[in-house]
Amino acid sequence: MSLTTADRKPIELRLPRFALSNARWLSPVLLLLLWELGSRSGVIPPRILAAPSTVLGALWELTASGELPANLVVSLARAAAGLGIGLVVGTVLALVAGLSKVGETAVDPLMQIKRTIPSLALTPLFIVWFGIGEAPKITLIAVATVFPIYLNLFSGIRAVDVRLIEAARSFGLSQVQQIIHVILPGALPSFLVGLRYAMGVALLVLVVAEQINASAGLGHLINNARDFMRTDIIVVCLLVYAALGLAADLIVRSLEQHALAWRPSFIKS
Amino acid sequence: MPPSLARPIPETADRDAPAVRVRNFTRRFGQTVVLNDLNIDIGRGEFVALLGRSGSGKTTLLRTLAGLDSAGGQDVTTPATRAVVFQDARLLPWKRVWRNVALGLSGADARARAEAALEEVGLGHRLEVWPSTLSGGESQRASLARALVREPGLLLLDEPFAALDALTRIRMHDLVLSLWRKHAPAVLLVTHDVDEAISLADRVLVLDAGAIAAEEKITLPRPRESNAEFRAIRNRLLGHLGVEAPRAAPVEGALIAFPSGEIVA
Repeated sequence: MSLTTADRKPIELRLPRFALSNARWLSPVLLLLLWELGSRSGVIPPRILAAPSTVLGALWELTASGELPANLVVSLARAAAGLGIGLVVGTVLALVAGLSKVGETAVDPLMQIKRTIPSLALTPLFIVWFGIGEAPKITLIAVATVFPIYLNLFSGIRAVDVRLIEAARSFGLSQVQQIIHVILPGALPSFLVGLRYAMGVALLVLVVAEQINASAGLGHLINNARDFMRTDIIVVCLLVYAALGLAADLIVRSLEQHALAWRPSFIKS
Repeated sequence: MPPSLARPIPETADRDAPAVRVRNFTRRFGQTVVLNDLNIDIGRGEFVALLGRSGSGKTTLLRTLAGLDSAGGQDVTTPATRAVVFQDARLLPWKRVWRNVALGLSGADARARAEAALEEVGLGHRLEVWPSTLSGGESQRASLARALVREPGLLLLDEPFAALDALTRIRMHDLVLSLWRKHAPAVLLVTHDVDEAISLADRVLVLDAGAIAAEEKITLPRPRESNAEFRAIRNRLLGHLGVEAPRAAPVEGALIAFPSGEIVA
């Protein structure tokens, strides 16, 4: 008998290879099945929660009638307008604060104060100021998205490697050229993080803002459905909100892939 | 541009005037005197190496000559066009290699000039790649191309070979010498490596406590081998740097000569 183990085959564990051990889709599907079963057997009444099949039907119905697309466009326009304003304001403020000490002294304290007030808490004030039309909704989204954009771009500008700025300076680049060629591209990754975050915030605030007496939009659809206890339509709207969040993330990801193509993680060998 | 850079040489300057002229230059950081009443001339097209321990003021001098630090109105004259090659290549990671070289160039021929410079350093095949895909030696060559494309009157080399492996370093030495012969800028090479200084430079200066402690004119023909005169110069320079010279000369023909002449700081 040899005591060496060099040529001994490793013991194979004869446990059955459970092919489903990596099936991450399984539990959601099981939940859906249980939900469907519960609805059909009457355990879950439709006024509590509509069956998945009913939700799908409602989705088809709302899409075919054009009701969902029309309201979706209204909601998207709101989110886009608010985010657009927040983006511009946040970017301008971050540039002012990031590129000069005076700017930082002037802008940053105000932004830090603003940060301490939860944006949604401003809702009553905006209703008093702007009524219940589109203005308070868009303003709310704009105000909420300014900060993530500002904070990330500001810190991105300040985190640009001084040695790179110095190198640019040694080659005689003017201050404007340094900003264009070194500082802004260097801050772009942080800016995109801010943008991704701001898109999430825009969606979140959109949901709340649309509860303010909306006469169109996904919020309007949900409010109506609530009044008629149409849980299927409510779930459809929740699904659409989720899809919007997913879409926002995809947009920023593809932006990153194009704008940050120079990053080692994106370079294809 | 930062205020009061070193004064560029006026167009009408004497043709024989040195490229770099520093007179009684003193630089303090707080109480610490970094450069003390320093005088340096570098001739046009002259290759000068500057040796010194850490904290001797080498970097401060280089930054002043590069225009990165203000000369504070003191008597410092440099060519109008200067370029620096740093120890870390400092390429902008978000610009392709040729755009890094063309940085700050204006005119329609910027790309052609950048390409020609990259060809010269042997990177003609890597124009379009991202800097993060370059090796250490390639990065330094790109950085050299970026400096030379400006046709500088003064080329400042801030320990540009320190982070390279020995073989790459030898190739870079040859490259720098051939580029220097072709473009003929005045060169100031800041280095820790005594052998490197002796093999490359026309003149080696030793900076100690903010003043020039020693000067060696190197008249050996290039390429320079480690012969008896080379070693004599090295021993003198090491002495000025406070390193004890070896008692016996290294064995002739040995592959590796000890001490290597490198001062670890």
